[in-house]
Amino acid sequence: MTSVNQLIGVSLGYVIFLFAIAYLAERAAQRGKGGWLRSPLVYTLSLSIYCTAWTFYGAVGYAARSGMEFVTIYLGPSLVMIGWWWALRKLVRIGRAQRATSVADLISARYGKSNLLAIVVTIMAVIGVTPYIALQLQSVTLSLSIFSEPGGDAPLNQLIAGFWVAFGLAIFTVLFGTRNLNANERHDGVVIAIAVEAVVKLIALLAVGIFVVWGVAGGLAPMMEQIDASPIGAWDMDRSRWVALTALSAAAFLALPRMFQVMVVENEDERHLQIASWAFPVYLLLMSLFVVPIAVVGLDLMPAGSNPDLFVLTVPLAQGQVGLATLSFLGGFSSATSMVIVATLALSTMVSNHVVMPVWLNLQGPGAQVSGDVRNVVILSRRASILMIIGLGYLYYRFSGGGSALAAMGLISFAGVAQFLPVMMGGIFWRGATRWGALAGLCVGFSVWVFCSLLPSFGPGAVLSVATFDTGLFGLSWLRPQALFGISGLDPTVHAIVWSITLNTTAFVIVSLFIFPGPLERLQGAQFVNVFDHSTQARGWDAALATSEDLLIMTQRILGATEALDLFRAEAARQGVQGHLPEPTPGFLQQLERELTGSVGAATAHAMISQLVGGASVSVQDLMAVADESAQILEYSNQLEAKSAELSRTAGKLREANAKLTALSVQKDAFLSQISHELRTPMTSIRSFSEILRDTDGLGQVEKTKYASIIHGEAIRLTRLLDDLLDLSVLENGQVNLNFETGTLSSVLEKAILTAQASGTGALDIRRRHLDEAVTLTTDLDRLTQVFINLITNAQKYCQAEQPRLVIEVRQEDGAIAVVFSDNGMPIPPAARALIFEKFARISDNDEAGAGLGLAICREIMTRLGGEISFLGGPSGNAFTVHLPTQAALAAQ
Amino acid sequence: MSDAGASPPVFLEQRGYRRRRLMDALRLLPIAGIALWLLPVFWPTVADGPDAPEPMAMSSAIVYVFVVWIGLIMAAFALWAVLFARRDTSADQDDEAL
Repeated sequence: MTSVNQLIGVSLGYVIFLFAIAYLAERAAQRGKGGWLRSPLVYTLSLSIYCTAWTFYGAVGYAARSGMEFVTIYLGPSLVMIGWWWALRKLVRIGRAQRATSVADLISARYGKSNLLAIVVTIMAVIGVTPYIALQLQSVTLSLSIFSEPGGDAPLNQLIAGFWVAFGLAIFTVLFGTRNLNANERHDGVVIAIAVEAVVKLIALLAVGIFVVWGVAGGLAPMMEQIDASPIGAWDMDRSRWVALTALSAAAFLALPRMFQVMVVENEDERHLQIASWAFPVYLLLMSLFVVPIAVVGLDLMPAGSNPDLFVLTVPLAQGQVGLATLSFLGGFSSATSMVIVATLALSTMVSNHVVMPVWLNLQGPGAQVSGDVRNVVILSRRASILMIIGLGYLYYRFSGGGSALAAMGLISFAGVAQFLPVMMGGIFWRGATRWGALAGLCVGFSVWVFCSLLPSFGPGAVLSVATFDTGLFGLSWLRPQALFGISGLDPTVHAIVWSITLNTTAFVIVSLFIFPGPLERLQGAQFVNVFDHSTQARGWDAALATSEDLLIMTQRILGATEALDLFRAEAARQGVQGHLPEPTPGFLQQLERELTGSVGAATAHAMISQLVGGASVSVQDLMAVADESAQILEYSNQLEAKSAELSRTAGKLREANAKLTALSVQKDAFLSQISHELRTPMTSIRSFSEILRDTDGLGQVEKTKYASIIHGEAIRLTRLLDDLLDLSVLENGQVNLNFETGTLSSVLEKAILTAQASGTGALDIRRRHLDEAVTLTTDLDRLTQVFINLITNAQKYCQAEQPRLVIEVRQEDGAIAVVFSDNGMPIPPAARALIFEKFARISDNDEAGAGLGLAICREIMTRLGGEISFLGGPSGNAFTVHLPTQAALAAQ
Repeated sequence: MSDAGASPPVFLEQRGYRRRRLMDALRLLPIAGIALWLLPVFWPTVADGPDAPEPMAMSSAIVYVFVVWIGLIMAAFALWAVLFARRDTSADQDDEAL
């Protein structure tokens, strides 16, 4: 028979073996040879911390009491793993992208890096997990006591044994988990030790199972018969429990801090999750495969009243299989230790990052330099947290009397941590989830859990009075802990789960719907929900005032001197800066914050950086304000731009006007010189001839008459010139008074032709189509006649064809009237065409009769009348088209 | 978010099509698991009383639960082997837009 001392010796040897493996693994990892440490197999095995001593011992006890109900605890996680694509994939990706170190860190990061939320989650996790740790202590001491009984010489004091187990576990965890402060919060040594323990407990349980089926029952078929004949041989299932426990275990699998630790924090590669999606259900299946057979054989072999939770040990012992029993003990020991180590690590990370560090940082005073080695503070606070958590577990174990069934304690714990699930899932799938919503949901769910599940677990009269159980809190019957709102008849566990999760989710959703989230929350929400679209961090730092040196000092204190130097050197090299101090760019600060997050959590890292960057730390609120400001500036600059565009347009116009004025001035000078020239020519001849008449005696009558008629002719020419000038000036200045009359085009043309022919040589052959000319006009007919006369006179003067001919056509186009005067004279050369409507523009130099004002006057008149005159040169002559205004013709029609 | 780029093709070549249907299967697998494991809720139990039909035998219940379990695991393994075993993680980005 194995004595307790031998067993303790074996256990110690086993622990030393584990420690050696962990140590070697960490050394290998430090040397960069740790590739095999991070294989999918190790990842899958590390997930097995889900199977604690509760599984190892409790499942059999559970099966002996309630048949197949135990399996729901494994069905839930199997479904979660098989459905990894839905939730786990996103959770792992977010955890890695945000460097979440724990459930509390994840939730706080999601809801705007709120430390309040992190503290609430931490406290809830500690309260929720404490019964679970007590459970492990209980199972180890119980299993030890089994071995002590047969000896009889020294009955084991379970409370003292429990204390030593707790003490041993605490030392073990401190040694394993806080040997160094890893930047990623990953523990290679712990993970590999857990993987080894996973193998040990699986082998132990399978060995006992195989022994029971083939060694005791005599094979598979007899085993099945024995099962059907046993007290649990018929399907006896509370239907609501089947569903509720499956759902609860699935929820707890996602929300348990220790599962988050191994599944997300220790995850090295997302592909490992894909493999674990089928490999971990295999592990769970194997763990539960022999549970019912062991329970049935135990019920059959063991005396009535023996604890079914320990059948895994007592059955082999009763059969004299001491070696198998020892293996089984080691399996249970492995289950308990691995769970306690990881759970305590996860919790201590939360406690130290979200409770101890913020308090400590606050005590340092705002803006003060972080003094002392923060690394030591962090490690110290973690060690203290570990001792505190295990201590709490021991106290719970001690005061709960260690009597309740393992499964019941486990379920209470599950229901407690499941309260995180709505907030977690809401956080990663719903952008509208807000911090206050999360806080409300957590508090409501947790209160309901405490009232309906945790406090009643101590039994009536322990914490809650019997009266409370019977008549409800404060005598309100609808506040009975196991029949809330008067709904009695539900299984207490199902009752607690349904109400806590329902009220939790309701409060979470309703408060989230009504609260407007802060900017950081909204940014983080977008980052979480859309993690597959972009994995960038919210920008948050203005590094203008943070000096690299201060940052380096702070980083050294948290990450360690070499690691920090490496980090800064790498960044300096990346920036192309000499030495080891890079520029504190916002990007670098962000990276630094993430590195620190790995060690001290998101909220603390944020706080530490902001302490250094001081007043220059830019909160997202500030960023938003800046964004508003820049939007205003943008608007202002847009306005400025518009104004400047307007100014440049005006300047352009002014330049144009100036050019025009200059041109006009030139034109005016030209005009003046032209006009003086035009006036001087007749004046010269008038003066000369009048001098001849005055000074020369003896002029004959014929000569006198000749000279006088020359003077007269010149005077007429002068008068005409002045008339034209006056006319043009009047027209150009717009001072002309138009005298509107109604008449026919035909009569206007008739008059014009008559006038022109009267003054001209009359050799011109004018052709008209009288039918077309029957158009009534309302316009200044005299002025129009003047235009026509001018055109006809021009044709008379300049058409040098042998048989000069002028064709006058009237065209009607869309109600507008065009009168075309086309002759058969020499076409005007193209170069001169642009100038013919200008003042003093004369085509030929031999023209003495005209001053070159006729067409200019025509154009002015037509402009005044609202029409226009245009020239069209052709191969066989020139054509002038007079366009009459539409309304002039229409009004008359 | 509307992208100015070309819209994705409506129809895929056979390999891509097959892959997407396998992804659908992967998503539906846990739902199938829930349905199958919910079935025991409808079995007659001892608690139904003496007049109710004979309760399900424990051995049959065990066989049923474990066979479903093995089936789900095998399906999950097969889907993993086809979809992911020879692919790197970077490639699963495009699966988002199935």
